[in-house]
Amino acid sequence: MSQGISREDVAHLAALARIDLSEAELDRLGAELPAILEHVAAVQDAVSPEAGGDDVEAMSHPQPIVNVLRDDVVVPGLTADEALAGAPAAEDQRFLVPRILGEE
Amino acid sequence: MHQLSAADLAQRLSSGEVTSVEATQASLDRIAAVDDRINAFLHVDAEGALAAAADVDARRAAGESLAALAGVPIAVKDVLTTIGQPTTCGSRMLEGWVPPYDSTVVAKLRAAGLPIVGKTNMDEFAMGSSTEHSAYGPTRNPWDTSRIPGGSGGGSAAAVAAQQVPLAIGTDTGGSIRQPGAMTGTVGVKPTYGGVSRYGLVAMASSLDQAGPVTRTVLDAALLHEVIAGHDPRDSTSIDAPVPAVVEAARRGDVAGLRIGVVRELHGSAEFGGGFQPGVRQRFDEVVELLTGAGADVVEVSCPSFVHGIAAYYLVMPSEVSSNLAKFDAMRYGLRVGPEGVPAPSAEQVMAASRDAGFGDEVKRRIILGTYALSSGYYDAYYGSAQKVRTLIARDFAAAFEDVDVLVSPTAPTTAWPLGEKLDDPLAMYLADVATIPANLAGVPGISVPAGLVDGLPVGIQFLAPALADDRLYNAGAALERLVGTTTLEEIA
Repeated sequence: MSQGISREDVAHLAALARIDLSEAELDRLGAELPAILEHVAAVQDAVSPEAGGDDVEAMSHPQPIVNVLRDDVVVPGLTADEALAGAPAAEDQRFLVPRILGEE
Repeated sequence: MHQLSAADLAQRLSSGEVTSVEATQASLDRIAAVDDRINAFLHVDAEGALAAAADVDARRAAGESLAALAGVPIAVKDVLTTIGQPTTCGSRMLEGWVPPYDSTVVAKLRAAGLPIVGKTNMDEFAMGSSTEHSAYGPTRNPWDTSRIPGGSGGGSAAAVAAQQVPLAIGTDTGGSIRQPGAMTGTVGVKPTYGGVSRYGLVAMASSLDQAGPVTRTVLDAALLHEVIAGHDPRDSTSIDAPVPAVVEAARRGDVAGLRIGVVRELHGSAEFGGGFQPGVRQRFDEVVELLTGAGADVVEVSCPSFVHGIAAYYLVMPSEVSSNLAKFDAMRYGLRVGPEGVPAPSAEQVMAASRDAGFGDEVKRRIILGTYALSSGYYDAYYGSAQKVRTLIARDFAAAFEDVDVLVSPTAPTTAWPLGEKLDDPLAMYLADVATIPANLAGVPGISVPAGLVDGLPVGIQFLAPALADDRLYNAGAALERLVGTTTLEEIA
């Protein structure tokens, strides 16, 4: 497994994460991330087959809880006005967003 | 009055010696007098706090039976939602945002009659170990204002250390309550994962985040723990079990016969990479001797997978960060800006421009790292391996707790460092959490208790206990506090 991560990789990841990074930010993250990745890659050796990692289950969460459900009854929630109070833009009790398709 | 512990203040409130309005005003006065040097507060709500205090005073005067801490002023880390006060998470993304609902922790504080004087500074979205990553300027350590107060909850820790409030709420994802506690001479507790509701805690890493008390005494922490803990149907990971008897344990404070394990991998021996300040190691050794002298049965235990804790944490946490922070999409709340020079930009362009403008460097770094760890082709090698290491660390805890009741270590490898020292070296900053991270990965509780000063700066000692045995932390912590005394700031330096 290569731990290399290039400036181009960072640009691709930033696009996936919807962050419009500047050229300077791409330069900096491209320079910083390889050292961090090299450090965290130690987990691969820690659970390698040679280290006995094959029979170690993955832990996503500290608690053995699955599917916690509540009773299916109506409870009070936010009003539309409360939910929209922090919106950058709203209209007719709905969030107003920029265009989501191509040119209209 | 600002020097009183919460327990002492509560007693004077209950006897009628002082009113909550007086106590709350004293807190507000202290904030006004010193916070320009500390920057612990992002928002102060004098009007709301005094109204809550007057309400408590009226109810007390009417003979109503009140909660133990009713009327004691408190500060809340700015990552927990509050009706009527902004919740910024230390980020430009949420500048000025006032949430439409209270977090469960805040609702419990209000129900128990604690006036909330304000919201405390923090690393942006709780990402950092120094509070320098706040978009609103760093918080300074009251022991030496040229130094960091720890992080991410440096605001809560500094506010309590500087006696602006007797109590504060912090949150701890990898050490953000305990490590600032160590840096500022305050008590900080990360409860068992699921012990305190996460409803309304703006998530950084959902499987690790936990809110808890920040105080000057162990008893105060226990009293506050009792207020905020307990099952909450609105948090699916909340534990449906009785709250451990933490107050009783804090009043006991007796380690005679208690089996205490010194974690080989967490006290800075050269064998495990060193990196611990000699003064911190020496103070830790002295504490171990004091505990032994008080009748504790101290043994060394080994938790071999702890050495991989930081590596696992810096994959699990950023992965969850990259997912959790996707909600900041500039559509429903928070910052919205358009890309420069683009007429009629699309929603996607607005989203990307807003996230670039709204998030700071450390947040972006972690989102990119997490996006990488979760991306196709790398998922198993990074996120998957880290999840397995998490299991190994949980197994180490389980094995250790077969032999001992609690574990002990220094809370942090060093005392507070000068502002700026680690700001350009993210990896060095991450190493500050080496001793606190294992508890978050496994979901077990931890406490940091002050153990005096090294070269004029506070040192913290950490105890760790099995899940749901938070009471053991308070017993051991109170015993240590009796042995070494509280670490009280005389004057802001």
